[in-house]
Amino acid sequence: MKSLAERVAAYKPNPLLAGLGSIWPLAAGIAVAVLIQTVVGPALGPVYSRLLLEIGIAIVLAVSLNVVNGFAGQFSIGHAGFMMIGGYAASWLTYYGSIKIFGAATISGLQVVRYGGFLGAGDLLFLASCVVGATLAAVAGIIVGLPSLRLRGDYLAIVTLGFGEIVRALVQQTDTVLYPDEVAGKPMLALVDNVGGALGFGDVPRYTTLFYVYLFVVILLIAAYRLKTSTKGRALLAVRENEIAAEAMGINATRAKVAAFILAAFFAGIGGALFAHEPGTQLNPRELGFQKSIDIVIMVVLGGMGSITGVVAAAAILTVLPELFREFSEYRMIVYALALIIVMILRPQGLLGIKELWDLQGWHRLTARLRRKDAP
Amino acid sequence: MITTAALEAKGLSIAFGGLKAVADFSIRLEPRALQGLIGPNGAGKTTVFNLLTGVYQPDHGEIHLGGHRIDGHKTSAIARAGMARTFQNIRLFGELSVLDNVRTGASVRARCGFLRTMLRSPLYLAEERAITERSLELLNVLGIAHRRNEQAKSLPYGDQRRLEIARALATEPQVLLLDEPVAGMNTQEKRAMRGLIQSLREQFSVAVFLIEHDMGLVMDICETITVLDHGETIAVGSPAEIQNDARVIAAYLGVPEETDGAAPAADAGA
Repeated sequence: MKSLAERVAAYKPNPLLAGLGSIWPLAAGIAVAVLIQTVVGPALGPVYSRLLLEIGIAIVLAVSLNVVNGFAGQFSIGHAGFMMIGGYAASWLTYYGSIKIFGAATISGLQVVRYGGFLGAGDLLFLASCVVGATLAAVAGIIVGLPSLRLRGDYLAIVTLGFGEIVRALVQQTDTVLYPDEVAGKPMLALVDNVGGALGFGDVPRYTTLFYVYLFVVILLIAAYRLKTSTKGRALLAVRENEIAAEAMGINATRAKVAAFILAAFFAGIGGALFAHEPGTQLNPRELGFQKSIDIVIMVVLGGMGSITGVVAAAAILTVLPELFREFSEYRMIVYALALIIVMILRPQGLLGIKELWDLQGWHRLTARLRRKDAP
Repeated sequence: MITTAALEAKGLSIAFGGLKAVADFSIRLEPRALQGLIGPNGAGKTTVFNLLTGVYQPDHGEIHLGGHRIDGHKTSAIARAGMARTFQNIRLFGELSVLDNVRTGASVRARCGFLRTMLRSPLYLAEERAITERSLELLNVLGIAHRRNEQAKSLPYGDQRRLEIARALATEPQVLLLDEPVAGMNTQEKRAMRGLIQSLREQFSVAVFLIEHDMGLVMDICETITVLDHGETIAVGSPAEIQNDARVIAAYLGVPEETDGAAPAADAGA
């Protein structure tokens, strides 16, 4: 039987088609993000477009956590910690960066406001700060990923929980945010400590729009899908299914797990940055504590550990439900707990398990019927 | 002419606490050899496999795979170096499809990194196609291609064992370790598996080292047999020599009358 190397050498994909195949999902995704920003958002009105924004951020957080909890099977419950690192780092950069770079143009009264138009200088600063925040979160991912080499199951969960609480406690100890007129003469790095402490980082310029949220949603979904259907993703799933057998198949389980943590933390950092720059929210350590981590875990568990589409659906549903039943939002946790218990009894693998929407029987029947209708 | 052995282990020993699980175990497998490892329950056979594949690190001794020293390496590195195995208590990736189980094995020879995977570069496309193609061929050889889209955990027992072999072969090994490949199979399945194991050597140029309790099978197909008892190697030799070895008969087979003649079914399930 021919070896893999021989087969690979014999097959030359058309570079043009490969290039198109590589790029079209992103191009289509950007088009969708533009459409959401320019058409869907205005059509929905302020209340519902705000909800759409929150759904997008929830998708970023839940799908990224799914890489660790779903694909690699390492149960992490400290995702809000990564979110907080990304959010605070990005806020620090856009808030103080705006004052330093754009100066008076971004200062209105005591507040720092958005500078420049769509994809203007301010937006670019925001995108850069998203990447910086995400990178710092990814570094934290390495630090948390390393103990996961030795720990599994409940023990790993406790470490990640502890991590989230440590980040929260550290942020609470920081100093108050400086007003624009107090910043002069201080270097950026000297301002790292001035991110608001327990009071929160209030006046972050509001750069998050539907376009940016769904831009990152699209990038993450493409990355998650390409990961899951690739050699690297199968390696993660193999580690989750049976670590000893995965090692015997030449998979370095340690490396796979740490890689999963890094990727998940990176996108959690993005989610945090989007959350921090969202209009009408206040970035504060209470908001991103244990409760937030659990909210994200519930989305992953309900949607199905390992199912991208399932987790997207769960993230959307669990974001919309509390809004629909606003007067009962006090009881949200009771409803969550009940829903979790019921799902765990009836479908312990989550709504979709490891499968995707298009793997379902009903979906096949539907598409088959549609195809038949198309035929003359 | 002296050739490089596919696998050579010298003086392997390991103790768990005070218990000497394996003592001074040595083996030499030529390329395309077919050797057996037998012994009563608890003799240390699976421990030998775990030592060879790096699941346990030996206290003493060394292991060479195709001329390269591999003891002390991680299991995954040893697998990449060309050692594949199956498990006595089947360890498939249960939630994954049959095809994905084999693809996971075949992926060990893939070169693409994270960036190429994300970009779906031409090399990535070529590799994924080659992996799928090779995996399907392997499923055909093992006769379970028709089940390729089923979940591995839903397969009947015999097919799960076949899938484990397909997955192991997918890694393009020089040495294949089979831990009880026919356990739990009926006579007909055993006969098919025997033919398969014999054909593997030529088809995949692989040396096979197998643990098996089915004496008929072992005596029939193995060129050389090593017998373990309480972690000690008590005999090494051809099937005929093993059957007439006094220590083996005393320690393992027990009653002399039942040992002569290689009646395949006589000891089945013993």
